[in-house]
Amino acid sequence: MKISEILRIIDGTVCTEGDPQEIEIRGGCGADLMSDVLTTIQPQAILLTGLVNPQVVRTAHMADVSAIVFVRGKCPHPETVDLANQEGIPIISTPLGMFEVCGRLFSAGLPSLENELNLSI
Amino acid sequence: MDFSSQSVDAIEAAAGKISRVEELVYVLRVSEVMTRDIKVLSPSMSMSIVLELLRQEHISGAPVILNADLIGVVSLEDLIRALLVNDLDAPVGKYMTTKIITARASDPVVEALKVFTKNNIGRLPVVDEYGKLVGIITKGDVTLGILNALQKDFQREEVRRYRASHLFEDIVSDRSSLILRYNIKKDDFTRGGNASSNIKRALVRLGANHQIARRCGIAIYEAEMNLIIHTTKGGIIRVEIEPHKITMRAVDEGPGIVDIELAKQAGYSTATDEVREKGFGAGMGLFNINRCVDKMTLESEPGKGTRLEMKIYLQPEESVGETGYHFGENSK
Repeated sequence: MKISEILRIIDGTVCTEGDPQEIEIRGGCGADLMSDVLTTIQPQAILLTGLVNPQVVRTAHMADVSAIVFVRGKCPHPETVDLANQEGIPIISTPLGMFEVCGRLFSAGLPSLENELNLSI
Repeated sequence: MDFSSQSVDAIEAAAGKISRVEELVYVLRVSEVMTRDIKVLSPSMSMSIVLELLRQEHISGAPVILNADLIGVVSLEDLIRALLVNDLDAPVGKYMTTKIITARASDPVVEALKVFTKNNIGRLPVVDEYGKLVGIITKGDVTLGILNALQKDFQREEVRRYRASHLFEDIVSDRSSLILRYNIKKDDFTRGGNASSNIKRALVRLGANHQIARRCGIAIYEAEMNLIIHTTKGGIIRVEIEPHKITMRAVDEGPGIVDIELAKQAGYSTATDEVREKGFGAGMGLFNINRCVDKMTLESEPGKGTRLEMKIYLQPEESVGETGYHFGENSK
């Protein structure tokens, strides 16, 4: 699914430089704890989160996340946007809540890119 | 799942199987590969001039022009017909082929290829949208055009993937390694992850594939955040990169871990609420590191400090190129 379609589905606005509309997204992952993201997310996902600090962008860079969505209308910190511009990871803001965003995207056919975990080591 | 998006996926999956050369014959235009510097004849010239022209220019035919209009083509076969009856003084107009098949300059190369195959010919005059002759295209031009395009592709790829991977080949020793060191400050959340980003970038430039870079990046990021969150004075990250192995170490001077086995368990965390508000302290760090690397060694003594060593072994085919993602498969 292209970012242009995601923007339409979740009433999203792009907070970073450039036009990410043509970027293809393989699926989604929703989490607020960055270790959870790092543990479960597969590459080329869109990360839906309520956390807006620069660590989200760092996490996204490490986990090969294609784009970040801040839910509940949260505005990212300026340093978060700066870092995202630097790393070339688009940030999208949506007024919708986490459950609504996940639901809408999943219903529209965007699959989950969260791995199920076997917690025993 | 809506059906239109599924069918688009199917088309894209099929498109993935088309080779770059096949793609190029659709992408390249006739005007991009044709020969522009063309030898033309006029209908009143004698066939002996045709003979000289074909011999001198090593070509097998030429278009015939009258008042800037393309009126015919003379080929080697036409010349042979004239030679057989010893009629080289006859004008070009007598022997030229007037039934002309042309290619459009704006058409994709594949259209010209279809015409070559269908009519069993090897050369086509190229006309613009007004029917004016602008060039000639042969099968050789098509081959050369594709080779040039592939060469450009290759150069673009080389530039894009400018890498320092030749480092290990250029410097001769019995065992070469590159060591990167980073000082990590306690509570430095703003710069947290900076070292890990630089390490991941370095690995990609050194020729590690995406999957290896991702596994190292995630592991070292967790370790870096642990130094920021849990230590008394911060710590040091040391990464040693060798062609066959990546060794990452995070070392600090305290406070040390009381129960290492408990700390390794998924979900166990000693992080404060303040840290959790920043998105950390899920208790997944060591669990996640262990999952990403081939070998994890954790040594700690309360009051003295912690030493975490992570090793990722590289298969010969992994040290260069891209083998694609197989998330989690390599965790041991």
